[in-house]
Amino acid sequence: MEQALAGQLLDSARKVSEQAEVFCLSSYETSVHFEANRLKGIMTSESADAALRVVREGKIGFSAASGLRSSLPSGPGTEDGLRRLTEMAVETSRFGKPARFQFPSPADYPEVAVFDRRVASLAAESMIELGSELVARVREHSPDIVCDVEVTKGTSSVRIVNSHGGEVDYDKSFFVIGLEGVVIRGTDMLFVGDSLDSCRLPDRTELVADKVIEQLKLAEGKATVSTRPLPVLFTPRGVATALLGSMALAFNGKMVLEGSSPLKGRLREQVFDSAFSLCDDATLDYCLGSSSCDDEGSPSRQLSLVRNGVIHAFLYDLQTAGLAGVQSTGSGRRAAGTGQIRPAPSSLVIPEGELPFEAMVGDMEEGLVVERLIGADQGNLLGGDFGGNVLLGYKVEHGEIVGRVKDTMVAGNIYQVLKQSIAVGSEARWVDGVIRCPCLWCPSLSVSAK
Amino acid sequence: MRERLASALCGHNADYLEAHLEESEVTQVRYENGGLEEVHRTRSCGGNIRALVSGGWGFVSFEHLDDLWSRAALAVEQARLASGEAVPLVTGEAAVDKLAERPERDAASLPLERKKQVLDEYNDIILGTARVQNARIDYHDARRTVVFANSEGSYIEQDRPDLTLRLTAVARENNEIQQAGLSLGSKGDFSAIEGLHQQARETAGLAAALLSAPEVRGGEYTVILDPVLAGVFAHEAFGHLSESDFVYQNRELQDIMTLGRTFGGRNLNIVDDATVPGLRGSYQYDDEGMRARRTYLIREGVLVGRLHSRETAARMGEKATGNARAVSCRFPPIVRMSNTFIENGTMSFEEMLSGVRKGLYVKNWYGGQTSLEMFTFSAGEAYMIRGGRLAELVRPVVLTGNVFTTLNNIDAIGGDLEMNQGGGCGKGGQSPLPVSNGSPHIRIRHCLIGGR
Repeated sequence: MEQALAGQLLDSARKVSEQAEVFCLSSYETSVHFEANRLKGIMTSESADAALRVVREGKIGFSAASGLRSSLPSGPGTEDGLRRLTEMAVETSRFGKPARFQFPSPADYPEVAVFDRRVASLAAESMIELGSELVARVREHSPDIVCDVEVTKGTSSVRIVNSHGGEVDYDKSFFVIGLEGVVIRGTDMLFVGDSLDSCRLPDRTELVADKVIEQLKLAEGKATVSTRPLPVLFTPRGVATALLGSMALAFNGKMVLEGSSPLKGRLREQVFDSAFSLCDDATLDYCLGSSSCDDEGSPSRQLSLVRNGVIHAFLYDLQTAGLAGVQSTGSGRRAAGTGQIRPAPSSLVIPEGELPFEAMVGDMEEGLVVERLIGADQGNLLGGDFGGNVLLGYKVEHGEIVGRVKDTMVAGNIYQVLKQSIAVGSEARWVDGVIRCPCLWCPSLSVSAK
Repeated sequence: MRERLASALCGHNADYLEAHLEESEVTQVRYENGGLEEVHRTRSCGGNIRALVSGGWGFVSFEHLDDLWSRAALAVEQARLASGEAVPLVTGEAAVDKLAERPERDAASLPLERKKQVLDEYNDIILGTARVQNARIDYHDARRTVVFANSEGSYIEQDRPDLTLRLTAVARENNEIQQAGLSLGSKGDFSAIEGLHQQARETAGLAAALLSAPEVRGGEYTVILDPVLAGVFAHEAFGHLSESDFVYQNRELQDIMTLGRTFGGRNLNIVDDATVPGLRGSYQYDDEGMRARRTYLIREGVLVGRLHSRETAARMGEKATGNARAVSCRFPPIVRMSNTFIENGTMSFEEMLSGVRKGLYVKNWYGGQTSLEMFTFSAGEAYMIRGGRLAELVRPVVLTGNVFTTLNNIDAIGGDLEMNQGGGCGKGGQSPLPVSNGSPHIRIRHCLIGGR
């Protein structure tokens, strides 16, 4: 149905514009959630959305609709609705920026596997079973923990057509199983949690339980730190919460172009320690951020952003690339399904180093291991600041984890911290399906405590 | 439509059923890099049906409005799969109502030219400020109609117009970048964002001034919060803890949140009130068809109430408060705040200042997050206080604390309550929900500040 609709909409838009592009996204999702250790509810949702982009009198116009399948007489998917969508795009084009691109012609796309039939056919009963097992496993270790679990599966179809003959379709599946737990003693609360996120049905969902139990074990004792600079070891989840926000902004070609990114003008410059490298890879099989092309139909690629501390590339969509006089890196992504296109990472990857976690802890005379922060994205992200309250973190004394810390803040700046000689862990893992990274050890970070 | 919905919800073997339908039209305008960058218009329509069977919920969201009865049957089937022990639900009175809400100066019906004209002026002011390199402006207005029906016989149509504006000035010098922002909103009334020229100028000036401001050393300080930041504090530090869906199934948390427990001094009163006319968090019926109310959370320092959905109220044996809200028809209603604020005290700002030998005056918000016990929120603007006087501007700071001790550490409350209408609240993947929060100036002793 969406196929016909995309064609119809493109035809109607072409009549009033020089260039046009239609992006259709339909999805079907089921989730099972557990609240306070008990099965609470099951949700399904279906949606069919479309976004239209036109270039008219040289300027970009944009409109979008959700509810394409609505049967209302005024529904966006009716003939009248499609005409209205075209009108809205034309109206906005009067105020739009001059287009600096042409929609891509038919191209060769890489083979990227992002669909798993087993996810599509997974029954709600099996999802309930997976969730129940997870809760049971964690409670076996910690009977007084209160867990919320969410098991979500779904499929989506994307279709992109444009006035240059570009045409691409793909189907994607996704499966997420996550647990958030809290142990309360008096007014003391301990928060733990982990998730697995993939296009594929994971072989071992109990990995989530293993991780949570590991967190609970490490947090058994209590420890305090004093206000002063300390060595800090970020776990993969810690790296994700502390650094992801700043990194995504810093390598956004748009931020670079306008000078909001401190990396502007620093291509091929040694900005970080040589132990640090970073890639963006949209071609990894079965990763949530992967697909054969980006949301504008540019082919996906693997992109090295930082190699041994040297800045190698930034992320570009068509328009930003046109303005910067470079090629799109296949990083045009839509905000919230059918929102505006902007450059954004797919899956960020920090390659492994050489030191195992235990060795890094063992080397610390006194320090902090940070697993989760709250408020980490509230600082001056553009400037590279990160920090926050340590929601889950452990004190290290004489090379051993002695217990969890509370009422403790860490603060730093990626451009200062990653310039120091850092150490990179030897085991990487995925965090929330958006970044795959190892532990990072920083020699000195500001720590404030009560 | 009323008959169609009524018949769709009829004849199922469920404890309770409700349906939501929604139509909306949204305009977004964004400025960046010197001028208008993007205009985006979106139309949406869809609906959902939710069913309860013996404590299990089924929820089906859809676009196609044909065959609503089968959608309801699917929701009931899912609820049955999830069912366990039966739980009561607070019943409401069947309400039949149609509430049209037309903003005085309806932003959604203004031509784009007019919106552009106003935003252009702010853009020019910000960019005309020395050392400011970029202006980012995010504007959004929405016209939204929601229809609610349930198995008790309610049928309610409500308009939910909304408008937000955020101005951000980005200043840069060498490799140093600082920014300052201003957030405003209204229930779709465009006049709320007109005439902000002076504020735009001050915001841009602040971003530039921050470039040369020193950083604060991390540690414990006495802080004075302006009404905007204190409102965020009320929302983050205490408001979320008052949402009963965190509490109702958690015995330990119930022990902590026992009504009658003292949380703060006798001067502390915190309220959530969805009935204040004209505020962004206001409504007449929540998304479970319950009447909006004014709820005291803390009165004279003592915990006296919390926010409920039909389910949490019934499970805890308390009165419903009409706080079940959904960000759109793709999500089920969950317990949310509306307009949350600290009530006025009596101390003047000067008096408050004079009691601080060394501390911080923190203004404006950048964001906030909470984990129930711990909260963090960041100030957009901060000044040292020395010897009871305002001193130099410093870089923005992050404040953090433990709610149970921090509320007790509020030792002064001003008499200058102001509501802040900007921003929105996120919870359980549902964001941004229109809320507002507010407070007079407040002073907190022993507040932990992060810093380098």
